[in-house]
Amino acid sequence: MDSEEEYMSPISTDDDEIMQDDSGDELSGPDDFDEDDFDEPDPDFGLSAKDMDKKKTAAHAVSFKVLEPSDIRRQQDDMMNDVNLILDLTKEDAAIMLRYFRWNKERLLEDYMDRPEKVLEAAGLNSSSSSQPKLQAVPGFVCDICCEDEEGLQTFAMKCGHRYCVNCYRQYLTQKIQDEGESARIQCPSDGCGRILDSRSLDLLVTPELTDRYNELLNRTYVEDKDTFKWCPAPDCPNAIECGVKKKDLDKIVPTVECLCGNRFCFGCANPDHQPAPCDLVKRWLKKCADDSETANWISAHTKECPKCSSTIEKNGGCNHMTCRKCKYEFCWMCMGLWSEHGTSWYNCNRYEEKSGAEARDAQTRSRTSLERYLHYYNRYANHEQSAKLDKDIAQKTEKKMVQLQTTSGMSWIEVQYLNSASQALQTCRQTLKWTYAFAFYLAKTNLTEIFEDNQKDLEMAVENLSEMFEKPINELSDPKLKVDIMDKTSYCNKRRIILLEDTAENLAKAKWTFNADLMNGSTLLLNKH
Amino acid sequence: MATGMRTKRVAKERQKIDKFGLPPGIELVEGNDLKEWLFDIRVLDNNPLYNDNVYRLKFVFSDSYPIEPPEVTFVDKPARPVPMHPHIYSNGIICLDLLGNQGWSPVQSAESICMSIQSMLTSNSKNERPPGDEEFVRVNRQRPRDIEFLYHDNTV
Repeated sequence: MDSEEEYMSPISTDDDEIMQDDSGDELSGPDDFDEDDFDEPDPDFGLSAKDMDKKKTAAHAVSFKVLEPSDIRRQQDDMMNDVNLILDLTKEDAAIMLRYFRWNKERLLEDYMDRPEKVLEAAGLNSSSSSQPKLQAVPGFVCDICCEDEEGLQTFAMKCGHRYCVNCYRQYLTQKIQDEGESARIQCPSDGCGRILDSRSLDLLVTPELTDRYNELLNRTYVEDKDTFKWCPAPDCPNAIECGVKKKDLDKIVPTVECLCGNRFCFGCANPDHQPAPCDLVKRWLKKCADDSETANWISAHTKECPKCSSTIEKNGGCNHMTCRKCKYEFCWMCMGLWSEHGTSWYNCNRYEEKSGAEARDAQTRSRTSLERYLHYYNRYANHEQSAKLDKDIAQKTEKKMVQLQTTSGMSWIEVQYLNSASQALQTCRQTLKWTYAFAFYLAKTNLTEIFEDNQKDLEMAVENLSEMFEKPINELSDPKLKVDIMDKTSYCNKRRIILLEDTAENLAKAKWTFNADLMNGSTLLLNKH
Repeated sequence: MATGMRTKRVAKERQKIDKFGLPPGIELVEGNDLKEWLFDIRVLDNNPLYNDNVYRLKFVFSDSYPIEPPEVTFVDKPARPVPMHPHIYSNGIICLDLLGNQGWSPVQSAESICMSIQSMLTSNSKNERPPGDEEFVRVNRQRPRDIEFLYHDNTV
């Protein structure tokens, strides 16, 4: 054991070093872009219409592009260079201008050509003196922030001329960058001065660590500033996604994207993939579940309504003879019938078929329909969520066993991958199924809902069939016949999922679904009786 | 160093007040401490909502003052009610961008804040609390400056 560890450790160190070298190269890239990146064709900003058409094959799919950190940096550098060349601004100033215009280069160029002075001022670059920022001691200076007036105090001012002592300036910037996470729009400390801090002044004032943090934050604003960009919400994933779907289209399309890290999420709302349900419906559903589901479940399980006045009653012990506190109606908790029909000494209910009891139960049913309806959908929604987790556990266990099997039965790694794809398919399909129930909850019944429910049923059956396979004992799993069966079922699941998603996406795009709630305006409409 | 900055700055503000006084309607009630001050303010016009009352403001200066804004709230006392205002919660918390990190500038001072709040009262004509006041007062346990207010209303 010892010798093995010793043998392993140098290798892992080597790997680390290689990794570091790589990233080091990447970081130094932006400095020498003049030579390297200049001949490259225009950065592909916004996918061209042609690309869109080519990639768009299905109604439920959107075209998108994954951007890695180096892509994000390069795009910014390219734009800064362009502006730097065209407008004769320094790169720092070009960066500030671009950020001010939220990286809309065309608008920046246009506006700048029209009224350069006004644009410069608006972006916080007013005043034309081009002297380099520097620290200096000013005789008779009193810092307006800390009231220090020591002789020879080092002070700093940006081009706006608002001068403060270096300590205060430094502390102000540290606070802004470290505590408030600001970067692109840090203004001069003076009240009402819109002058924005440039990176050269920053370098002069703060520690390199803070400068690094500042640059990291700046990198983020680039993605956050552009409507067509979004960060991958997976923890620690540094990638961003570019996608052209606009906010106003979110009632017609559900833009699911997939990052290089494997995370599938909605570009519209950054929630995990929720096809076929549109974002707004998802938002409502999640809120409803957070607000209601626990309470509703509890009410449904532990209470009944008084057959006479419909007050909700919890039975917290004692016998079945209930007297409603509100209306003093006496009834039997078991059959909901009138207590007087039970006789005086009959504390055991076996009168379920009595007329008064049946009526009371009917009324109860009606009054609970809406709650039950919600719970119907919620339970199925929650069930698929739970099942997806269980499927994953089983798949992981199976995979482990398959590794063992590999050694005993001589199956190669590639031969056991069908289990992986089966498990993947299960996860994706359950995710879809889960959201079909939220979708169905808000759906008003039309001819289209029948097709939808059929599709839902087909997918559900396919999924359950495949899920069942994972429960087979491990020695059966390696049977070639079963393997073919699993592969068939996997591809059937995927097919059913696409069929369902296509159907819903097409109808969504054509606004053919009728929802029982006005999703866009947030008000609930009356349901047409079906 | 940070603490030194606060004490020095607060002391300087105090000296200035002693020397030049405060604008009309603003009065320093307690300012011997360099950490916590109390002001009394009243409106100067005859705004029917406020003209009969005096209101008490509490300032708490953190060690990062004046890089960070001070914490400013209205104190609720028998003779010193919390003024009715659509941006002032009934527990005395004030929703004002100047008092958040975004709107704050280290060049501002206790005096300038008092003046801003005074004019915030003067220009108001709505006899109401912010929407959701009851809920906010019931559940809020955060320090005022940690609350993420959305400063959307530029009219008051």
